Amino acid sequence: MPLDTEVGADTAPAIDVSVRGLAKSYTAGSRVFSDVSFDVARGEAVSLVGANGTGKSTLLRCCIGLIDADEGTISVLGTDAGTARGRDLRAMRARTGMVAQKHNLVPRLSVLSNVIHGLLGLRRGPRYWSHTFAPTEAREAAMAALGKVGLADFALRRSDRLSGGQSQRVAIARALVSQPRLLIADEPCASLDPAAGEEVMEVFFNLVREEGVTVIFTSHHIDHALRYGDRVLGLAHGRLALNEPVAALSSDSLRGLYE
Amino acid sequence: MSSAAPTRYETPSAISFLGYAAAILIIVWSFDGAGWSVDKLVSSPPLLADFISRAWPPSTDSLERLSWKMVETLQIALAGTVLGVVLSLPIALLAARGLIAGPIVNTITRVVLGFFRAVPDIAWALVFVVAVGLGPFAGMLAIMIDTIGFCGRFFADDMESVDKGPAEALTATGATKLDTVACATVPGAMPAFISTSLYALEKAVRSSTILGLVGAGGIGIELKVGFDLFDYPTAMTVILMIAVVVILVEQVGVWARRKIIGEQR
Repeated sequence: MPLDTEVGADTAPAIDVSVRGLAKSYTAGSRVFSDVSFDVARGEAVSLVGANGTGKSTLLRCCIGLIDADEGTISVLGTDAGTARGRDLRAMRARTGMVAQKHNLVPRLSVLSNVIHGLLGLRRGPRYWSHTFAPTEAREAAMAALGKVGLADFALRRSDRLSGGQSQRVAIARALVSQPRLLIADEPCASLDPAAGEEVMEVFFNLVREEGVTVIFTSHHIDHALRYGDRVLGLAHGRLALNEPVAALSSDSLRGLYE
Repeated sequence: MSSAAPTRYETPSAISFLGYAAAILIIVWSFDGAGWSVDKLVSSPPLLADFISRAWPPSTDSLERLSWKMVETLQIALAGTVLGVVLSLPIALLAARGLIAGPIVNTITRVVLGFFRAVPDIAWALVFVVAVGLGPFAGMLAIMIDTIGFCGRFFADDMESVDKGPAEALTATGATKLDTVACATVPGAMPAFISTSLYALEKAVRSSTILGLVGAGGIGIELKVGFDLFDYPTAMTVILMIAVVVILVEQVGVWARRKIIGEQR
């Protein structure tokens, strides 16, 4: 079931992410991309595709203010990700979740502590540093999130003792525990073997659809973009070369982006 | 077709040649400054043999008293190291670049830590003997300062070189800087912290054995008294005890490091 049906076709859907005229270059003169504009509606799953070096990760990182763009504006959940600082920026990030190519778990802490860290945007202070001292409601929320990715039995396992696929599922639980409205996933299965990668994508998108979360994700697999996305954004030659609903696309038309 | 082999020796440029010549001159000059004397070198073995014959066998008369002094030495080392390591953590957070503090605070903290390290431990002991009086407390404070200078710097370096991924993941969830450091950076650097702390303890045990020379507690005073009173057998006992204890502590350090950190991978 495509997610945008619940928003309604004739009423204007709420916009979670709005990007206008975005440009970024790392060294003067070598543009990563420029003049990128798009909207992402509430509950929509948008995939971002393009060859290596077209700035997919850069674009995603701009969205949560991890790096600043050179030009243009990004509005995420009503906050300007480019100019927000301090408390405002943290409040926006608290309502977004991120899953990266690397799971980025803290290696020698327990799985449960790692998931509780996902609440640090909403709650703060030493009680949330370790599951030992965390308030009961935080522990329960984290256990519920672990249950959703099927790893409740691994709560006290040290996170560096997990397989790659398990680690990435814990990272998904950490991103979901704060019940974000927007999830950003940067090649969530790129560092996994194909079987584990498929499993992670399944778990991720089942949860996303269950909770009605807005998603922007990148993937190098064209079939992932077509299977899990409602719409595809394609970056090529420093521009946004494609912005089409999945229904209008075939895998051949996507392959053209990589040429 | 194969290329001709390169020449065996590259002719140095005029500047490198001058550099080598200057280095050799400085080394020769240093031997001169250090009072290099073949006569003394030739005459020393009989004197040394005389010392050993008078010191051997080591005295066992005061073994119990010396052992308690050695225990005090280890107590100074352990207490000073623990206090130093605990205080090093917050200081290292200020010294680590790109973590909590800005570049000005980083630089100031690193300069202060450099000063702590540059002043030798025995000089710190002299200072603290003046400040808090003779005895092991002055020694412990000297060890503490020395440990802060050492651990503060290396803890900071350790935190700078930790994998940035987990910290970025927490930043992306909206965590504050302090929470991010506490939850990602510090746990990530923990194996390095443990290794550095164990090394600091070994260093402290070595230092604490001689702090007694300036009255800052520990077994060092017995060494000084032994030589001052020409009680060479007792002095020999002290030297051997120090050697055995330092070697033992080093071995324990190696074992503990492997036990605590090596089990990971």
